[in-house]
Amino acid sequence: MSYEKFIFYVFAALLVFSASMVIVRRNPVHSALFLVFAFFNSAVLWMLLEAEFLAITLVLVYVGAVMVLFLFVIMMLDIELAAIRAGFVRYMGVGALIALAMLVELAMVVGPARFGLDKFAKPSPMAANALPNTEAIGEQLYTVYVYPFEIAAVILLVGIVAAIGLTLRRRPEKKTQNISEQVRVKRADRVRLVKMDAEH
Amino acid sequence: MIALSDYLMVGAILFSLSVAGIFLNRKNLLILLMCVELMLLAVNMNFIAFSHFNGDLAGQIFVFFILTVAAAEAAIGLAILVVLFRNRRTIDVEELDTLKG
Repeated sequence: MSYEKFIFYVFAALLVFSASMVIVRRNPVHSALFLVFAFFNSAVLWMLLEAEFLAITLVLVYVGAVMVLFLFVIMMLDIELAAIRAGFVRYMGVGALIALAMLVELAMVVGPARFGLDKFAKPSPMAANALPNTEAIGEQLYTVYVYPFEIAAVILLVGIVAAIGLTLRRRPEKKTQNISEQVRVKRADRVRLVKMDAEH
Repeated sequence: MIALSDYLMVGAILFSLSVAGIFLNRKNLLILLMCVELMLLAVNMNFIAFSHFNGDLAGQIFVFFILTVAAAEAAIGLAILVVLFRNRRTIDVEELDTLKG
């Protein structure tokens, strides 16, 4: 067994293990941490596929940002754990059946008969003067895919606006400054001139 | 040597596991969102495997965009979840039936 094969099987096994832990753990915090572990393992598999940039992006963006967001939300909501697992056993049978059927179907499609080494040969190793993965992706991204890239930026902006707009809480009893109201104010709203005789 | 089918099988196993997770965790919307993330990971695995074995960078760039959209989706999904919990005090999927006709 070659070294590459050894790495692949170890990390694929860890990936499957942590993915199954995500769905069976009782505590959502454990699920989130096992999901982080799954992301690390698949980043290693992506390194084996020579997608170094995406492997690092997965760790930075997913583990560093998205999963931290998940953990924040889990800890903000106080969910009682006992009630959450009440229907677990009831759906175990149908869930396992459907997953198994899906796995068998997918295995028949993507198995070695169609996508084995004889159909898709191992690509030759990169030439020494070829562009590194990150540079190659950057070159493509800023030339051919520059328009989708900008749309992705807009999508992220929409995400920020939507997330803040949804969760921003306005408490009526809280005193806040309403700046647009302050700017819009006229003299007549604040000052009332009263005509009266001068006092001696 | 590792064949393309090995990577595709890892993706298939991941995808089936997350489908099972969606069936098992009907009480917790948070774990459903995590299962969706796991599904996206399985799909990304397929994209990168094909990109590597076909020698075409387009697959990796597609994965880059999937990661971007998935991050936005997770942020909005979690925001909706927080608002939901604030209003209903529950994230149980079976209790969220006010839209039922």
